[in-house]
Parts: sequence; structure tokens; C-alpha cells
Amino acid sequence: MAKVLMKGNEAMALAAIKGGVDAFFGYPITPQNEIPEYLSRELPKLGKVFVQAESEVAAINMVYGAGGAGARVLTSSSSPGIALKQEGITYMVGSQIPGVIINVMRGGPGLGGIQPSQADYNQVTRGGGNGDYNTIVLAPEDVQEAVDLVKESFDLADYYRNPVMIAADGLIGQMMAPVDLDRPVPKIDLPEKDWATIGTENRKPGKDGKVECNTIVSLSLVDTVLEDMNIELQKKFNHMKENQQRYELIKMEDAELVIVAYGTSSRICRSAINDLREEGIKVGMIRPITLWPFPEKAFNEIPKTAKGLMTVEMSMGQMIDDVKIANNGRLPVGFYGRCGGVIPEPEEIVKACKEFLGGLNG
Amino acid sequence: MAKGRIVVSTDRCKGCSLCVNACPQGVIELDKKVNVKGYTPAFAKHPEKCTGCTFCALVCPDVVIEVYREKGGKANG
Amino acid sequence: MDNQVFKKTIGLTEKEFSYCPGCTHGVIHRLVAESLEELGVIGKAVGVASVGCSVINYEFFDCDMQQAAHGRAPAVATGIKRVNPDNIVFTYQGDGDLAAIGTAEAIHAAHRSENITVIFVNNAIFGMTGGQMAPTTLKGQKTTTSQAGRDPHLAGMPIRMSEILGQVPGAHYVERVSVHDPKHIIKAKRAIKKAFKNQVDGKGFSLVEIISTCPVNWKMTPVDSINWLKSNMIEYYPLGVIKDGDSND
Repeated sequence: MAKVLMKGNEAMALAAIKGGVDAFFGYPITPQNEIPEYLSRELPKLGKVFVQAESEVAAINMVYGAGGAGARVLTSSSSPGIALKQEGITYMVGSQIPGVIINVMRGGPGLGGIQPSQADYNQVTRGGGNGDYNTIVLAPEDVQEAVDLVKESFDLADYYRNPVMIAADGLIGQMMAPVDLDRPVPKIDLPEKDWATIGTENRKPGKDGKVECNTIVSLSLVDTVLEDMNIELQKKFNHMKENQQRYELIKMEDAELVIVAYGTSSRICRSAINDLREEGIKVGMIRPITLWPFPEKAFNEIPKTAKGLMTVEMSMGQMIDDVKIANNGRLPVGFYGRCGGVIPEPEEIVKACKEFLGGLNG
Repeated sequence: MAKGRIVVSTDRCKGCSLCVNACPQGVIELDKKVNVKGYTPAFAKHPEKCTGCTFCALVCPDVVIEVYREKGGKANG
Repeated sequence: MDNQVFKKTIGLTEKEFSYCPGCTHGVIHRLVAESLEELGVIGKAVGVASVGCSVINYEFFDCDMQQAAHGRAPAVATGIKRVNPDNIVFTYQGDGDLAAIGTAEAIHAAHRSENITVIFVNNAIFGMTGGQMAPTTLKGQKTTTSQAGRDPHLAGMPIRMSEILGQVPGAHYVERVSVHDPKHIIKAKRAIKKAFKNQVDGKGFSLVEIISTCPVNWKMTPVDSINWLKSNMIEYYPLGVIKDGDSND
């Protein structure tokens, strides 16, 4: 299939359509506005639902409602708006409602800036909402991968009956790139949504000939019942940890230094790695594709030649905590970061890697 | 006036007295004995006065009262 | 031989209401359930429970139900109705839920004229959390967060949500009713049934505000609460139709 030159945000919107989205609910916020704008035009043509909600809070609750009614739903926002959605996300997890949330990350904290950032790592992986919960977080590196992951995310969300977050950054959202919108992605065999609230007359009776009411709730006032609910949810999260860790290994075989970076940071690091290798410095990279579950398995593939790990983030250092946990004290961990919307140049990363290695060797 | 009759689910009654207050004929009182919940439930103390107007059932917040009225009769509320 | 002239509706489950003795939530639940039964739409109904004393009303209505976060029920209902327009979708909200945290969601559901039915229970207090001041608490009314009585200089005058929502162009039908005596309960039933019939007929956003009691937090007996409602609340919250898109003005 021929590639099309598209803006990242629009490509993700079209990918959602290809992924079978039934409804989009969202609110304007820079730098992701092309997503609702594109879908406001295209979804009605397909007889699907588009609503510009009155706030990010309202939007995530519309997602929760429509998802509970059995639809494939999407919302999108950027960092401060994602902060507003935290309550709604925990309700979705607690009630086991699927949905896809695209976060086109920008600088923070507070109102922050409108330029690209990775400072939501903690927000998306630790969850800013209440309770024990997790969502799969997929971090594309470029527009093509964003398209593939958005397409796949709806099946993943339905399979686990859990929200899935796409953590892109403003650069991916705003850049133009050639994309193949029809590149095949894994499909999952999904059961019927017999738990959806579609009205008792639209559901088949159970074995006793009666149609039970479906109730979608995350409340239990009985402590042991709530604990049981949480134990059931943990089984799902453990399944995700076992089966959904995704990562890419770049030039690892003989690496003295292993960079850990995702998204736009990892693309810049690819250039830095090539530059370093031209100087004879053997650097490789672990590129997490899932931020949650964090790809701990990748750390078992670090070669014996490695002397240290270098986390590179567009933040003041959030993923570094997960790197340290996965590393488990084996190797020294360094950090290089820029934030506020500043995007590091390959030269800065080259310099930081050399300094870190120098410190380890000297 | 028509003859009416109420049936109270005694164990579901919370003894709130709204039916006692609403009955225009003074049919209903609260029992002195408590039910399984510890409430003093409503009962028809003067059933002969009941016209089956359904006021008690209308105001009952726990929907514990059923009302019957003799055939062909109209209640005066 | 006699006829049964009052029977419990099939729109309610067998579960006993968890509400306080004399709490008019029970009456309002019955009116909603009867309306669904009489319109023949129990099988299509999807209710959205909110946060307040009625938080577990999904155990009492015999239809599909989804619980919403505090104030968000109209947004949740929007999501459900937009993807499944044939369902009869309703919210059931208290005054903290709709008039405090949920004002934006209520106004915007009306603004978009979402074809849903909103049941708004106004008892001038936060019931579930133990009797704090609500936006609807009357001037001078004592609550746990207005212990000397609501002071308009500090907390403003009580808010009349039906009048606000009646101003929103998308609102089709807004009526305020009460449930303090049989006559008003019958009128309330008529309004609630109309609010559901409007949805069946695709007429757009319909809301019924129901002036109600909270005996425990008002620190009164149920019968005294009924009388207090009659003497104090109706003067500030006048009963009647605020807006009816069916009438030609």
C-alpha cells in the first residue's frame, strides 16, 4: 500500500477509524487539536459518533458511558487535560470498561508549555488517579508506529476490558511523515460484550431463562468484596506484565553503554548512537515500546560488555526510576534530560554519554 | 363510600409514619411491637374505615403497602 | 371480592431500599420505575446512578445501570445515548451531584439537547456525607458546614437549577414538582412520566426537579420534614413548569 504524507495527529485519528472506533469524545488542547478536528469531519460521514465535550472531565465520562454501553471509544488530550481525566480513568479500570486514550504530551507542571515533552511518564504509568490500577501504555517512536499502535489498541483494550493509553509527544503529533495506514497489525479474537449496558430486552436470557440486569459499578462498601475486586483486577495486570512487555533492542550485542529511551528521545538517540559508534564508542539502546508494563525482560538481554545504563528523557527524570528497578543494582545508571519543550540535539546526548562513560572508566 | 383494604409488608416497614399522616380516615397506626428490623411498623388499626383511596401507598417511601378496593366502588380521598 | 388498586411496580427489584425511614428517595424511585413500566421501556432502559444517598440505586431499578462519578452522570448518559440512541437513558441525581460539582455536565447536556431524562432530587442538603450545606440549602438553614445558618454573604443565596436550565436553548422540558403529599406525588408522577415520554418521542433534554426531604440531616421526624418542606422550600423553589417545548408560547 502506498504511503501517504500525513500529520501525526491526523494519522492517529485515521488509525483509530481503521481500528474500528465507534465514538470519539474530546476537548480542544494544544498540541493535539488535529485529532478532534479530523474526527469531527470524518466520523459523521461513517455514521459514527463525535462529540466535542465541555471539558476533558466530561469527555472521559462520556467515554466511560459509551464504553460501558459496548462501543469502541476514543478520547485524546495533552498532559494537563490528561490530568483532568484521571478520575474517569480509574472508574474505567474499576468497572472494567475498555477505551483508548491518546496523550500528546507537552511540558509541565501546571499549564506548562505547548511543546513536546515526556514529563507525563509518572502520570501515565503510575496513574494520577486513586486506587490500585494500571493501564497499558504504548509509546510510539514515530508517526508510523503511532498509527500501528493506535490501530491495535482497541483490540487490546477490549481483550483486557481496560483502558489503553497511547503516550505520544507533541513532536510526533505535529510532524508530517509518510505512513502506511494499512500496515497489518496483530488482531485478537474477542468475546462478545455480554456485560454491556444495552437494555435487558437486547440481551439473551441466562441458563435459568431470565435476563439479568447488567450493572457497571466500581463501588463496594464491603471491604472484603472490594479486596476481591482488586484481586481480580491484579490478575489482569499480572497477565499484562507477563505478556505485553514490548521493546526494541538497538545495537546491543557489544555495547559498553546502554541507553534507555522512548518516543522522540529514542529517535534522537539513534543518531547519537551512530555518531558515537563512528568514534569507536560502542553504545546500544533499549527502547521501551510499552511504558507500562515496563519491559523489564529487556534488561536480561544487556550484554556482559555493558558498563552502565544511560536514561535519556524529555523530562527531569521519571522513567529513570523504572530503569533502576529493572537494573536492580547491577550497573551504574546515568541520566540526561531536557524539559520544558526543549528537544535535545544528538550532540548533547553524545557529550553526555562520553562524560558518563568517562566517569565509569576513570 | 367504598370498602377498601390495605396489606402491609410488616417486615419491610420502617415505621416512618408518613402513611399514618396521609390517611384521611385515620385507619393506620404504628404497632407497639417491633418488626425484625426493630421498627414499629404501620398496620390498619381501624380497617373498617378504609376506603381504598391509596394515599398511604402513594406516600410510602418503601413501597410496602398494597391496596384493594371492592369492585365497582370509588374511593373518596 | 375486591380489585387490587395499588401494586408495586415491576420496574423495582425486590431489594429493600437502604434509605432512611421517611426519605422521599423511595417515593421518587417508585415514580421513575412506574413511568418506565407504563411506557413499556424497562427493557430498553439504562439508568445512570450518581453519588449521593442514591449511589446504590442500581440495586433498586430493575434495568441495566451504570454508576457515574460525582456530578458526571449527564456526561455518562450522553456517552450511552449517543452510541445506543434506542435505549431510554436517565440520570438520577441529588443536589450536591447536579447543583454543585455537576453543574457543567447538566448545563451542557441540556445545551446539546441530549435526548435523556434527568431526575434531580433537591433536599437542600448533602445527605450521604452527613448533612453539609448544599448549593440548594436555604438562607438561614443550619447544616454541619453552616452551623449558624446559611449566610448569603459567605455562601451566596441558594441556587435554582431548574430556572438556570430552563434558560438553556437546548432544554426541551423542565418542571419542578414536590412529593410532600399525595396530590403533589400524583403531579410529580405526571411530570416524570412526561420527561420519559419526551425521550421516547425524541424531543430532547427533559429534567424534573423534585423537592424532597432529608429527615435525618434536617433533624426532624419524617412527618415534620414534610411540613417543613411545605412551609419553607416551596416558597423559594416554586413548583410548576419552567419550560415546555411542546407548548406554543
